[in-house]
Amino acid sequence: MLKVENLHVKLEDEDKEILKGLTLEVPAGEVHAIMGPNGSGKSTLSYVLAGRDGYEVTQGSATLDGRDILEMDPEVRAAEGLFLAFQYPVEIPGVGNMTFLRTALNAQLKARGQAELSSGDFLKLVREKAKALAIDADMLRRGVNVGFSGGEKKRNEILQMAVLEPRMCILDETDSGLDVDAMRLVADGVNALRSPDRAFLVITHYQRLLDHIVPDVVHILSNGRIVRSGGPELALEVEESGYGEMVEGS
Amino acid sequence: MADQALLSNDAVLVGAADPLPQDALTPAREAARERVETLGLPGRRDEYWRFTRPDAFLAPDAPAVPLPEGDGILFAEVDRLKLVFVDGRFDASASDALELDGVEIAPLSEAPWAASLYGSLEGRAHIPVPRPFAALNTAAAVEGLAIHVTGKVSRPIHILHRSSDGTADALWHHVIRVEPGAEATILETGIAGARQNAVIEADIAEGGRLHMIAAKRAGVPELSLGHLFARVAEGGTLKSFELALDGRVMRRETVVEMAGDDAVVHVAGASYGRDKGFHHDDTIFISHAGLRGESRQVFKKVLQGGATGVFQGKILVKPGAQKTDGYQISQALLLDDGSQFLAKPELEIHADDVKCSHGSTTGALDETALFYLRSRGVPRPRAVVLMVLSFLAAALEEIEDEALRTQVADRLDEALTEGLNDGGAA
Repeated sequence: MLKVENLHVKLEDEDKEILKGLTLEVPAGEVHAIMGPNGSGKSTLSYVLAGRDGYEVTQGSATLDGRDILEMDPEVRAAEGLFLAFQYPVEIPGVGNMTFLRTALNAQLKARGQAELSSGDFLKLVREKAKALAIDADMLRRGVNVGFSGGEKKRNEILQMAVLEPRMCILDETDSGLDVDAMRLVADGVNALRSPDRAFLVITHYQRLLDHIVPDVVHILSNGRIVRSGGPELALEVEESGYGEMVEGS
Repeated sequence: MADQALLSNDAVLVGAADPLPQDALTPAREAARERVETLGLPGRRDEYWRFTRPDAFLAPDAPAVPLPEGDGILFAEVDRLKLVFVDGRFDASASDALELDGVEIAPLSEAPWAASLYGSLEGRAHIPVPRPFAALNTAAAVEGLAIHVTGKVSRPIHILHRSSDGTADALWHHVIRVEPGAEATILETGIAGARQNAVIEADIAEGGRLHMIAAKRAGVPELSLGHLFARVAEGGTLKSFELALDGRVMRRETVVEMAGDDAVVHVAGASYGRDKGFHHDDTIFISHAGLRGESRQVFKKVLQGGATGVFQGKILVKPGAQKTDGYQISQALLLDDGSQFLAKPELEIHADDVKCSHGSTTGALDETALFYLRSRGVPRPRAVVLMVLSFLAAALEEIEDEALRTQVADRLDEALTEGLNDGGAA
């Protein structure tokens, strides 16, 4: 589903290259994890795939089911089925959670030439999805992420994912700042969405999230490239001996 | 100060009837006339007019403007008492009957009680800075309403302005008295002529509550001066909000005396200008004289295409006004490089046990938040509108009535959607 080939990326206003020939393929139905030390380029990868300004792709490609996404605006990528769960979800006071989510969903449906959802149907959908993530009505009434705890913000990301039903989900350090209970809720939310038509790319520092969201493949990212790939046992290896050895071996 | 000879020029007494009627307000008009002579007219070198040139209001004639189309849709669906003014003149035939429980409303000239308030709050408001255009208004106004709020008024009073003459100078002066424990909401929309000079004097007695919501989409190159002079007695509340979309040179002066203990005063405004001619000025002076007073000033301006926003806001805490809680924030969102925000926030505190804070910021759209919205599929133009609404939200929050607030927000949403999508900044 997602295919990244020899991707080279630098910051627009600096010469420093961050991704240095990254190659990665995530087939439909699979969950891939990317682990790596600080500064290895994990967040850059997620931002570049989602279309954030400020990065320049100097070489390589990224495609979603064969379609080049790098030239698309972020909203077009979203409508194509790409979703990024943010490491730091943004607070937007004065714009209600529900308004935001409905605007997003209907914009995507419209872009795909599908019928928009009535407010009644939308409300029903959100309530059902929110319940599973223990997101109460009060949170939905508030401004986007306003007054949310760290855990609530991450749950809200998963709620958005559940409502928007993307094909390709990228989770950028969704486990950071979560306690054990919150992590379980988030992981349950993600696991509930696993399906043969959907793929996940889970970016994380730590192995513990992968106890709950068990990946098919684990990749180690170091210095802008994938240096090792393997099964879930690779995450355990990282947990035991750190990144040091693997990185040196690259 | 400008040439005193201007005082004898009819043009300065814009919108004045000729000759002025002799009635109960005559002594107040004459006293105001003397104030104008003493104060002189503002000149460009006056500190108080540093950010906004008074020229447009001193010129003999206003530049002609096209007439606006229709009344606009704002508050049209609200169950309200509609009072129509055409070019600043009350039009009884187009208005609802002046009957509403809890309030007595009459044209200024037909309410004998009005003489006790007319010019009195304005007359006290020239220290520390003179406000001669307001005194000019008092000296020359004939049109306006006397609104005597005696109980809890069930429906908002909607003052709807219309234009019939694109060269008209419109001048009006309302007086409002809110009796102890009484409460009213006054809405004001629409455009009057080419140039306006308006004064509202509001005296709020113990525990009285007055809500004022003004909203306009000029759509024509309007020049306007608006003045609100209010006094709030013990336990009284004043909440005022103004929405300004488009227009030319607009200056809103708000002067509030918090005379009694436990008074609450919130003044707020949201404006959106999208071209070089737009110049919107909020000039606020709130003085705390009582104990435990709470005042809030929340002003937000969205500027694009070379538009200018001005904020001059002051909180004065008088000796003895202990436990004052004063808050002031003025913020501008600049959607491009050519626009500017000029702010002069001031605090003057003569009591030692008070809490006062103020802040003023100028910024651009938050690119991270914009990306967040777009990454969820919200197209950029809509995402920009949502971000602007988010920026303005704190000002709109000052509208207490949720239904009215929603209507203002919806109107704003429409204007932003239209303006941002053909303005080029988005």
